[in-house]
Amino acid sequence: MPGMGGRMSTVIKAKINKLLDRAEDPSETLEYSYQKQMELLQNVKKGIADVVTSKKRLQLQQQKLEQQVVKLDTQARQALSQGREDLARTALERKQFAQGELQSLDQQVAELESQQASLIEKEQKLRSKIDQFRTKKEVIKAQYSAAEASVKISEAASGVGEEMADVGLAMQRALDKTEGMRARAGAMEELEAAGAFDDNLALGSGTDDIDKELHQLTSQSAVDDDLERLKAELGSGSPPQQSLEPGEREREA
Amino acid sequence: MIVRISTESQYRLPEDDAAALNELDNEVVAAVEAGDEDRFHEVFEQMLDLVRRAGEPLDEDELAESEVILPPPDTSFVEAGAEFTGEGLIPD
Repeated sequence: MPGMGGRMSTVIKAKINKLLDRAEDPSETLEYSYQKQMELLQNVKKGIADVVTSKKRLQLQQQKLEQQVVKLDTQARQALSQGREDLARTALERKQFAQGELQSLDQQVAELESQQASLIEKEQKLRSKIDQFRTKKEVIKAQYSAAEASVKISEAASGVGEEMADVGLAMQRALDKTEGMRARAGAMEELEAAGAFDDNLALGSGTDDIDKELHQLTSQSAVDDDLERLKAELGSGSPPQQSLEPGEREREA
Repeated sequence: MIVRISTESQYRLPEDDAAALNELDNEVVAAVEAGDEDRFHEVFEQMLDLVRRAGEPLDEDELAESEVILPPPDTSFVEAGAEFTGEGLIPD
């Protein structure tokens, strides 16, 4: 809803006045503002649906990454047991990278959850104000002369208009943030398409562009630690499942 | 006085507190003009606190216009620079 978001009270008031100037007949103005209010309520619902869609998309990515982490860990283990430390290191670098992404996804999903909750609350509040306006407009139409009605309408419309502008602003801010997350999700999908999380480790020598990039992105000491852990595990013959627990990733990262 | 915290709620604030809010408002504008980001966040938080603590939330179906509208609680310093300079939120 372009133009709904934005500035301070003066701007909001200017918008309301514009709305009221649209019709000279007070009862027409009332109907017109009510119609506008209902339209905005629809927009708010759509905005909430957008937030939910973004969240679902991020959650899907979370699942994929979780699977990748498990898979890469297994591959590192296999590579190491065959004496290919270079391959194991590459797999662990990719795993570290995926874990980093996973952590930031967790945060983003949490943020979207709270935005969703607050928008639903705001939608409810706006709905109450619009209901109140609807009641009031019938009273105004029935009881007041044209001149008096104009004043009453202006008062009632200002109250609900301000709420509309405010929920518009909240929507705008939520969607702007969601946009940023989408861009990040898109970038990750590109990386994925380019093979950053590719299963087929054996085909690369471990020095292609993606590996160089991952090498820069991942924490080398974390990879070293991980490698040591795997070596120790393989050496002592402990069960490999231990590192595959999803809850393990926070501690490792 | 009715005060709105943008994207949050409307509150009814006693007149004494409105005066205190006005002082904080002048300080926050001064902080923005001076380019002091830490001070901005500190004073802006105080403004929000004051309204939330001393103010009484309006009923959901009350159709009242706010006399003062504070920016959203997550306003960044950059946004603040664009929003309130000069006379501030409550013109003298």
